[in-house]
Amino acid sequence: MTYNLETAQNPEKLRRVAIEPVSRVEGHGKVTILLDDDNKIHQVRLHIVEFRGFERFIQGRPYWEVPVLVQRLCGICPVSHHLAAAKAMDVIVGAKKLTPTAEKMRRLMHYGQMLQSHALHFFHLSSPDLLFGFESDVGRRNIVGVINAYPEIAKQGVLLRKYGQEVIRLTSGKRVHGTGAVPGGINKSLSDDERAYLLKDAYQMITWARDAVHLAKKLHNQDPALYNSFGVFRSNFLSLVGHKGEMDLYHGNLRARDDMGNLIFDGVDYANYRTYIEEETKPWTYMKFPFIKSLGKKDGWYKVGPLARVQNCNFIDSPLAEIERRDFVDYAGNTPMHAPLAFHWTRMIEMLHSAEMIKALLQDDDIQGTELMTSGPRQTDGVGLIEAPRGTLFHHYRVNDDDVVTMANLIVSTTNNNQAMNEAVRHVARRYLHGRELTEGLLNHIEVAIRCFDPCLSCATHALGKMPLTVELVDPDGTLVHSLSRNA
Amino acid sequence: MAKTFTIDGKVVPFEEGETIIQAARKAGVYIPHLCYHPEFKPHGSCKLCTVKVNGWQTASCTMRAGENMVVESNTDELNSERRTLTQMLFVEGNHFCPACERSGECKLQATAYDLGMMTPHFDHFFPNRAVDASHPDWMLDFNRCILCSLCVRASRDVDSKNVFALTERGIKTKLIVNSKSGKLGDTNFSVTDKAAQVCPVGVHIRKRRGFAVPIGERRYDKAPISDLSHEAAVEVK
Repeated sequence: MTYNLETAQNPEKLRRVAIEPVSRVEGHGKVTILLDDDNKIHQVRLHIVEFRGFERFIQGRPYWEVPVLVQRLCGICPVSHHLAAAKAMDVIVGAKKLTPTAEKMRRLMHYGQMLQSHALHFFHLSSPDLLFGFESDVGRRNIVGVINAYPEIAKQGVLLRKYGQEVIRLTSGKRVHGTGAVPGGINKSLSDDERAYLLKDAYQMITWARDAVHLAKKLHNQDPALYNSFGVFRSNFLSLVGHKGEMDLYHGNLRARDDMGNLIFDGVDYANYRTYIEEETKPWTYMKFPFIKSLGKKDGWYKVGPLARVQNCNFIDSPLAEIERRDFVDYAGNTPMHAPLAFHWTRMIEMLHSAEMIKALLQDDDIQGTELMTSGPRQTDGVGLIEAPRGTLFHHYRVNDDDVVTMANLIVSTTNNNQAMNEAVRHVARRYLHGRELTEGLLNHIEVAIRCFDPCLSCATHALGKMPLTVELVDPDGTLVHSLSRNA
Repeated sequence: MAKTFTIDGKVVPFEEGETIIQAARKAGVYIPHLCYHPEFKPHGSCKLCTVKVNGWQTASCTMRAGENMVVESNTDELNSERRTLTQMLFVEGNHFCPACERSGECKLQATAYDLGMMTPHFDHFFPNRAVDASHPDWMLDFNRCILCSLCVRASRDVDSKNVFALTERGIKTKLIVNSKSGKLGDTNFSVTDKAAQVCPVGVHIRKRRGFAVPIGERRYDKAPISDLSHEAAVEVK
C-alpha cells in the first residue's frame, strides 16, 4: 500500500505527458505523468474529468421516479443503478421482503446485466491486449483484429453479450434503460414465450462462458511471470456476500478482508455503511476516494469487483463456477491474489456463474408468478447496495413526507476502485516507463492496467471501441518535443 | 341526406354546429391536437389541429364544419408546421421523456413520434420549476405543462372547484393553484375530480404509481396516437 508518485515534490520542473482520453474503457478519463529530463517518473494520476450531478438533481423528484432516472448514469450497466435504487426505494415503501416472483425477476435481470457487461469488457475491450500483446501492432489491437484472428472467440463474445441484453429486455422492457424494477417489486413477470425463448440458448451460454474462463486461465498459465506481477499491489477487498458466505451479486451483507485475507469486518448490514465507509475528496479529480473508516485514509482503501468478490466469498452457489473458483484459489496458492490481470479471470468466473444462475432462474416457475408487489410501513431513509459488474454500488436516499427525495448519496463501483486504479498505474509506470523513451506500446501498458478494473469512468456516457488518443511530450518551456496520436 | 365536406379528399358527413375536428373524429379521421378534448369547449390554443379550409389556415377545433368545405390536414406543409409547434412545446418546458412515468402514455410524446419529430431543433429554455407534492395522493410537475388549460377547464366547469388557473401572459404564462399558499395540498382538490383525468402530458401525477405499466403495454406502445381505435381511452386516464 503505497502513496508514492501521487504528488511530485517539484512539479514545475517536470515534463507532463497526458493519456487523454484513456481508450477502451467506459466513459472519459485521462492519465497524467510527470517526468524529468532522464524520463524518470515523479507523478502519475488517473483523473476523472467529467462531473456527475445526479446526486443533486434528483433532489426534489418523487421517489418512485428514481430507479428509472438514475440508471441514466450509465449506458453500460444501467441495470445496476436501476436495481440499487429500486432496493433503496424498497426500504422507503416498507417492502422488507419482496415476493418470490419480484426477487427472482430482478435477479434474472441482474445476471443478464452481469453476463452482457462482463462479455463486453472481456471480449470487446480487453481481449485485444491479452490475445495480441500489450505492445502489438496498434492497428490490429482492437475488436476487429480479434474478429479476423480469432473469429470463433469474437463470435462467442458478441453472442454472449447479445443474450445478456435479451435477458434484460424481457425483464425490464428494453435492452437499455428499461422500467422493470419499481419500489416494492417489479412491473412484469415472464410469459410462456419469453421464458422459452431465453431458455433455448441458456445451455449454450454456459458452455461458452466456461470456455471463456478457460481462455482467461490459459493466458495466465502461458505467462505467469507477466500475469502475476503486472501492476501488482496489495490492498484490502470489499464486497457483498450472501448470508451463508456464498457469492451473491444481488443482495447480502458487507464483508471486508485485508491484503492477507483476514476479515476486517463481516456480516455488516449495508444500511449502516456510513459507520464503516467514508469518502475523501482530492483537488485534482472529480472522483472521490472511499476508505474503510477503522483503517483510516492511508490504509483503508480497497479493491472491489470480480477479484474481490471471488476471493471474498466462501463458495459460489453454482456448480461449474464453483469448480473454476477453486481452480483459481489453488492457482493463487490459497493466499489472496492481488494481480490486476487476475480481474479478467475472476470476471469470467462470474460470467459463468451468471449464465448458470440465468438457466436456474428460467427453470423456476416463480418467474411467471403474478404476485409482483409488496409494501409495508413507509420509511424516510433507504440504502440499496448491489454488486454491479464493476464492484459494489451504493445508493442512499432520504425521502420526505411529501414523497420527494431530499438527499442522495451514490458511491459507484469505479469510485470504490479509485485508489486501487491509481496504485496500479503508478506501479506499471515505475516498472515499464521509468527512464525510457515513451512509445505508444509503453503507454498502452498504463491503459491495460486501468482496463483490468473495467472502470466506467463517467457512468454517464459510453463509447465503444478505439477512441482518439493524443500523447504529447512538452518540455518545461511548453515546446512540443514528441507527439503520438491515433484517430478514432 | 347528411351534409358533407372533404378532408384530404375523403367525404365526411357532419351535423349542423359540429366543428371540423368533431366531424372528423366521428368519421375516423385523426387530426393532431393537444388542448382539444371532446368533453370540453374548445380552447384553440395549441394550434396543432390547424387545417386548411378552402386554402386558409384555421384551428379545426374552433371552426364549424360547412357544406362542401375542402379541408386539408395530413399534408407535408401542415405536418411540418405542427412538428415545429411540437418542438417549441418541448423546449419551453422540461420534457425529459427518459425518466418520465407518463412516457408511453403522453399525448405530447405520442404526437411528436407521430409527426416524426427527431430533435427539439430549438434551444431548450430549461425553466426552473419545482414540483408541488403537497397533496397526499397527487403531485403536480409543472415542468411538463403545455398550458392546454384542460385541468383549469375541468376543475372550473365540471368539478366546480376552480382549483387551477393560468396566470400572467404571453411567454410568462404559467399554471398555478388557487390557494393562499399556492399549494395543491391546501385546496379541496380530490383524485376523483375530472381535473385529475384530463392532463394530456405528465403534470398531473397520481402519487406512488410510477412505472407500474411495463414497456410494451403502455397506451401508445400498442398503437400510435393517430390510430383512433383507442381514442376514447386516451381522454381518460
